[in-house]
Amino acid sequence: MGFYFAQLLTGLANASSLFLIASGLSIIFGVTRIVNFAHGSFYMVGAYIAYTLVSLWSGSIFGFWVSVLLAAMVVGMIGLVIELTILRRIYHAPELFQLVATFGVVLIFQDATLAIWGAEDLLGPRAPGLNSAVRIMGEPIPEYDLALIAIGPVVLLAIWLLFHKTRWGVLVRAATQDREMVGALGVNQAWLFSAAFVLGSFLAGLGGALQIPREAVSLQMDLSIIGEAFVVVVIGGMGSVSGAFVAAVLISVLNAFAILIFPQISIVLPFVIMAIVLIFRPHGLFGKPGSEKGAPEEPDQPLALMDQKSAMVLMAALLVLAISPVFTADFTTVLMVDVMVATLFAVSLHFMMGVGGMVSFGHAAYFGVGAYGAAMAVKFLGFGMIPAMIFGPVCAVLAALFFGWFCVRLSGVYLAMLTLAAAQILWGVTFQWQEFTGGDDGILGVWPAKWASADKVYFYIAFVFCIGGIWALRRAAFSPFGYILRGIRDSQTRAEAIGIDTRFHQWMGFVLAGGFAGLAGVVFAFSKGSVFPDTLGIALSIDGLIMVLLGGIHALAGPILGAGAFVLIEDWVTRLDYWRFIFGAIILIVVLLAPDGIAGGIQRLLRGLKGGRA
Amino acid sequence: MNLIRRTVLGALAAMPLTGLTTGISLAQDTIVLGEVNSYTRLPAFTEPYKKGWQLAVEQINAAGGIDGKQLEVISRDDTGDPATAIRIAEELVSKDGAVLIFGTFLSNIGLAVSDFAKQKEVLFLASEPLSDAIVWSKGNKYTYRLRPSTHMQAAMLAEQAAKLDAVKWATVAPNYAYGQDAVKAFKAELTKLRPDVEFVEEQWPPVFKIDAGSTVRALEAAKPDAIYNVTFGGDLAKFVREGSLRFLFEDRDVASLLTGEPEYLDPLGAEAPTGWIVTGYPSTDIETDEHKAFADAYMEKFGEAPKTGSIVGYNSILAIAAALEKAGSTDTDALLTAMEGLIVESSPTGPFTFRAADHQSTMGAYVGKTGMVDGKPSMVDWAYADGADYLPSEDDAAALRPTE
Amino acid sequence: MTNVLEVRNLSKSFGGVQAVKDVHFDLKEGEFLALIGPNGAGKTTCFNMLNGYLKPNAGSVSLRGQALIGHPPRKIWRMGVGRTFQITATFLSMTVVENVQMALISHHRRVYDLFSRATRLYVDEAMALLELVSMQDQAGRACSELAYGDLKRLELAIALAHEPALLLMDEPTAGMAPSERLALMALTAEIVAKGGVSVVFTEHDMDVVFAHAHRILVLNRGELIAEGTGSEIRTNPLVQEVYLGGGSVFEAESAHA
Repeated sequence: MGFYFAQLLTGLANASSLFLIASGLSIIFGVTRIVNFAHGSFYMVGAYIAYTLVSLWSGSIFGFWVSVLLAAMVVGMIGLVIELTILRRIYHAPELFQLVATFGVVLIFQDATLAIWGAEDLLGPRAPGLNSAVRIMGEPIPEYDLALIAIGPVVLLAIWLLFHKTRWGVLVRAATQDREMVGALGVNQAWLFSAAFVLGSFLAGLGGALQIPREAVSLQMDLSIIGEAFVVVVIGGMGSVSGAFVAAVLISVLNAFAILIFPQISIVLPFVIMAIVLIFRPHGLFGKPGSEKGAPEEPDQPLALMDQKSAMVLMAALLVLAISPVFTADFTTVLMVDVMVATLFAVSLHFMMGVGGMVSFGHAAYFGVGAYGAAMAVKFLGFGMIPAMIFGPVCAVLAALFFGWFCVRLSGVYLAMLTLAAAQILWGVTFQWQEFTGGDDGILGVWPAKWASADKVYFYIAFVFCIGGIWALRRAAFSPFGYILRGIRDSQTRAEAIGIDTRFHQWMGFVLAGGFAGLAGVVFAFSKGSVFPDTLGIALSIDGLIMVLLGGIHALAGPILGAGAFVLIEDWVTRLDYWRFIFGAIILIVVLLAPDGIAGGIQRLLRGLKGGRA
Repeated sequence: MNLIRRTVLGALAAMPLTGLTTGISLAQDTIVLGEVNSYTRLPAFTEPYKKGWQLAVEQINAAGGIDGKQLEVISRDDTGDPATAIRIAEELVSKDGAVLIFGTFLSNIGLAVSDFAKQKEVLFLASEPLSDAIVWSKGNKYTYRLRPSTHMQAAMLAEQAAKLDAVKWATVAPNYAYGQDAVKAFKAELTKLRPDVEFVEEQWPPVFKIDAGSTVRALEAAKPDAIYNVTFGGDLAKFVREGSLRFLFEDRDVASLLTGEPEYLDPLGAEAPTGWIVTGYPSTDIETDEHKAFADAYMEKFGEAPKTGSIVGYNSILAIAAALEKAGSTDTDALLTAMEGLIVESSPTGPFTFRAADHQSTMGAYVGKTGMVDGKPSMVDWAYADGADYLPSEDDAAALRPTE
Repeated sequence: MTNVLEVRNLSKSFGGVQAVKDVHFDLKEGEFLALIGPNGAGKTTCFNMLNGYLKPNAGSVSLRGQALIGHPPRKIWRMGVGRTFQITATFLSMTVVENVQMALISHHRRVYDLFSRATRLYVDEAMALLELVSMQDQAGRACSELAYGDLKRLELAIALAHEPALLLMDEPTAGMAPSERLALMALTAEIVAKGGVSVVFTEHDMDVVFAHAHRILVLNRGELIAEGTGSEIRTNPLVQEVYLGGGSVFEAESAHA
């Protein structure tokens, strides 16, 4: 009995840590509708700053807690600066565009932290006065765990009081429920947003600072927490702070007990819980309908077919690409294959997000299933290259059929998070099931057939598949199927009222996008010769998302420009020291100069040039 | 200003599309080595490694190079992604004219590059990855590995663990290939030496995401006599702290893989456990002439003591230099022939060879216990364990490799 | 004349509140029927049951003998029920003509066509429908730029694309200027007069109702309390009572609406 009680306490202590970071994320999303990837960075920086401060006051109880609070405040100020200088300028950008900016911030923080605090993990002191364990029912429980168990509810209470007893809090809650209404009330929205962002950052910093007595401060802290933080926010319901608390307790306590029975479950447990919750409660445990919606935005312009001049430019560009192997070196053709793969992947994601209005945080799942499908067809079924290249996308289609069926029942951020859960579960299975998938050692030896093994020959195979895929998706976007899909995005009500089975249609859109992502995965697998679970991983999904958003979600050319820019810039900057800082800065510059994405920026530039001449 | 200009020019020169023709325009008097590693993903481990090979390159070049040719290393960041690593490897070979590739830290990247080396027929020296698969189940003609593998280091620990009274063992390892291999090898080796031991509990926390409190309690609940630990880095720090808070290590033996390496031991500071049986690298205490010379030069150049990565980086270049000299050519076939059974006569860790049968080097590791010396964590009672003693016989090893 | 629609004993309650109770009426072919009542009378609930968004607790609805209850909205649309919305629902990222084309594409069962160019399909048919509602001049404009009244007319064109036997119009003139209201309803009346479609609409503006409806049903608290022509309803004491108990209420309503 004592043992299980102690295990429960351990879970609750973890829950407090998780809640602190998730609550800030939830508040920021609730008020500003920003999906803040940089939240993990705030957490990490909070920990580093607290480490430095705590080390200065070594051993003093007062000094420790003052340091923790100071660190959190500094992070709050950093949040304020980011809000004022970057995010404030792009609130009117298309949905989720701010996410790109926060991604840039993540990159900058990673290198800045490395430069300031160095690469080595830093183990801070234990909390003075709370540095040993007490026996409860005979089991040793660290005193600091007990402190954390108390801190979580105290912070929850403080937030509750703030939200219910102050005018500001009431406004924040109102904004969470209905943004337009707050605007209509004549409240200074900018101020409200800044304040919410500062509070959210403060809480992230606090969460990080309070980890000092528990773990070594390291450069992995940001990415290791952010996924779980999002999961907690979504399970609790976007914008619901008490929901986040319940979700944090749920995840942490379940994990504490699950590892007694099935230790390997930890890698996917939060995502499994999230998937189950979302299937039964499409707005999370405490989320309200509508809480998934992003900020209201301007409707898209109607699609237009390319005018003759643009078509000629495009054909010329394609022609140059087609004959590029003749005059470029081998490595350039390899890079071009990567660009084409990324472009097909981004275009398929855009078909889902831009055309279909279904945001995906887990599109890499279908890319990876395609890649693995082909690799396993080669390894286990003895398929040749071309049959395997057909088999892969079929696998991706099957996976998309299965997961898509669940996903299209949700909308907005919840849909996005369920796609993420699906991808993470697939990743977990691939990672864990060594006998079948090779685990993280992957599958090797997936090289093109002999006749296609020269880089230049393979380039043309990739060219046919990728450009063909991009063309097909573009064609689909202009087809009745694609138009209706866009129509469902615009108005589900209207679509229903003209006889469309909207859910089935979205499902098929999901499957189509998944299939083409699988095609990209297949071309990728044969170009690299090996596949690893990374091909299903969050990082790739996020890369795709950044490509689409950076390119401009409202234009069909967006993902093409975004993918090209992303791959080429990354290939270039990784040659430099502190390239993440540079890459992040480039992303921020693009974001600030072209809040409608690269495609929008170019359009405006061209219009400006024409205007200038006239 | 000058710095900025140099950076900008360097950046421009690095633009991938500027070289339209195959750009092997290097002077005849250099030998280009391609190097790829996870510099941004895992800087704590790859920075010392980089310093190590930089020092070796500098020393060899100062001494006149190889057959009068200077070594030039083109080093790139793989961003922690196998696919990127392969693209870079391709560029290093086809654009930069690298005669071979070395480096990599993460096992999956090591495997990806080794498979690339096989496909493109270029020599690859896997410096740091520990995975047994690189030389055994997925070994190939073109790939050699320097660092003592998971299996070897686990066998070194098992040898010491077998001398303990402990019968009931629990294991804790990060949940990925490295952790799984390490546990499997340790179990196999220990059971061979001590058929009476039993393994009563296994914990598999996700790498870099350990829920240390719960893991510690799960181990405690099994009441083992001893614990075999494979966690490292941030996970290790959390595990040690939570474990000592909950008296997990009280009256228990612990055998811990790699924990004696300065990369992992130093950050634990005053809280480093004592009396754990570990493999590692007592960098400042090794008194051989070769090592002293190396350590002094390293201290002089970088102002810090060498770490495990440093010695691996340094020995990588020594091995490559030896191979180039033996081959007398930069031709891949000649290099492959040279690598078979290559003997590196003198290195800071002593001589080692690359076994012809499985391409594994016999570079060893140091086995000892953790302790506190002058308030700093370090290895005590250590001895060098020659890798050759912990490898299966060449015949057995050859049987582990795929037929080519 | 035959009945297009037969509604029998339609009832719906929400958690104990009886929103619609035993509603019972017929609609004849070519009829232009108004459903009126004060706010909360159950008009929209009625509508939503007719086109499948809500499931009644009891009762039946049949369209030319086919039972409608239990089918989802899209099926009911296929059976021949078109609708316009109180708050316009159109595809804002498309042009005016494309909106109509979408309805036609669905009508012709081409929604899963992946290869044709959607904008090239059924252009003539779409233009003919736009002409019917006098929107042909704005065919190429982005839907998001339209004035509200034009959106309403566009909705009408969309609804007619499927050649419905029955057209349900929920507050068709809400949010429009008074002059526009009469014009829109005159247009609708004209379409009804051409034959082939019958209309049920809800409306607050009594001028509109009395000017065009062939017959009027009055709902109050979920129950049908009166039925008849304009003049019959105007003089019905029960109706007058419901509408704040005053005889001049209808005029007042329309004046300040």
